Amino acid sequence: MDAATHASLQAVTEALAHLADPEIPVISLRELGILRDVREGADGVPEVVITPTYSGCPAMGQIEDDIHAALSAAGLPGRVITQLSPAWTTDWMSEAAREKLRAYGIAPPQCGSHADTPAGVVKFSRHAVRHTAVPCPQCGSNNTTETSPFGSTACKALFKCLDCLEPFDYFKPY
Amino acid sequence: MAAPVDYVLHLADNALVLGQRNAEWCGHGPVLEEDLALANNSLDLIGQARLLYQHAASLINADPAEAQRFAHLQGARQNGQIAEDTLAYFRDTAEFRNHTLMELPHHGPLVGYAVSERDYAVTIARNFLVSALMVLVWDSLQASKDAQLAAIAAKSLKEVRYHLRHASDWLVRFGDGTDESQRRAQAALDHLLPYCEAFWQPSPAEQAAAADGSGVDVRTLRDHWNALINDTLAEATLTRHDQPHAGYVAQGHVGVHSEHLGFLLAEMQSLARAHPTAVW
Repeated sequence: MDAATHASLQAVTEALAHLADPEIPVISLRELGILRDVREGADGVPEVVITPTYSGCPAMGQIEDDIHAALSAAGLPGRVITQLSPAWTTDWMSEAAREKLRAYGIAPPQCGSHADTPAGVVKFSRHAVRHTAVPCPQCGSNNTTETSPFGSTACKALFKCLDCLEPFDYFKPY
Repeated sequence: MAAPVDYVLHLADNALVLGQRNAEWCGHGPVLEEDLALANNSLDLIGQARLLYQHAASLINADPAEAQRFAHLQGARQNGQIAEDTLAYFRDTAEFRNHTLMELPHHGPLVGYAVSERDYAVTIARNFLVSALMVLVWDSLQASKDAQLAAIAAKSLKEVRYHLRHASDWLVRFGDGTDESQRRAQAALDHLLPYCEAFWQPSPAEQAAAADGSGVDVRTLRDHWNALINDTLAEATLTRHDQPHAGYVAQGHVGVHSEHLGFLLAEMQSLARAHPTAVW
């Protein structure tokens, strides 16, 4: 890659750095792992590679629009490529991102996925998931219980803390 | 290597029809948390269906013989090509390849299509039986020789694991709950289990996909499915009355559907067909 190409990809990366997830505005697309790569396309046009979190995530359209808008505001060319494989996993979330989630009131994912299966997927186990302690993002207590495995967005479950009695969202391991 | 189009459509139709059926609970859930859960479940299934229809559309557009086979589909063509919406909204009942189980109303066997009363035990029992199968199918399809199908499988597997867990939890609560919840959960299982027999009689498309390595031979998953089902039913104190199976085997996956699919599709497709050039 020559210096000019490197500089143009760098400019694209910087133009997108501030973009946040539409539903979790404290965490950037890069930190969440949705923004996978910025690379040079076969025709020299920069390509922004994104990956969906959940198959039906309704934010994907918005995210694509946000990327186009940010590039156009910066006067930069580029196209958006959606890539499924390897499948997005919460394991890609950085420690800093997890801390931001916690501070925002969403408990970050607790157990990771295993690397020994083809897509890094935890084998199905009804009981194993249930017994993982999810600390309350408000008071830190481990004395919490699941209200429902499905919450306000596809990626979250509903929990409540039995000590401070606050309900909270839990970002599910995926 | 690409999977047979009809196999991709079978997987897509399963996801779309069950997703549409479960979406009927949106705003009508028995409790708020379950309303959310079923809406999430539908969102996952419809998302999977979209990925699969997009894949099927690209396979059709890339093959002149396939394009000819689908040339009768009108509307929602983008730049003259088949698109995901063409396949979802402009095929008729007999062209759908979903299992009959997916299209049944949320009710027992004696039901008219216009019933407004829904039985959550039927919803949960079906989601349990289907997601137990799809956990195994998607797990296997991660090794599909069709790379795009393998990528879709890896995503979908993560989602149906949560669906199976949700349905299993509720089935145990129902079965091991009150006399009323036990009776209704058992009735729902007795109603739905015979439809599962169709899982093990693969269509020509499923057989072709299994033979060329893009699909999975579902018959190899049967023992594992039985183990998953029996384990949870034992915990739920529910009984299987479906074995040995001696009766009509549902034929939805080869295009012979119950009377219920037409009504479901009419509701789902009417808007798109009334405005075939609409974009949203």
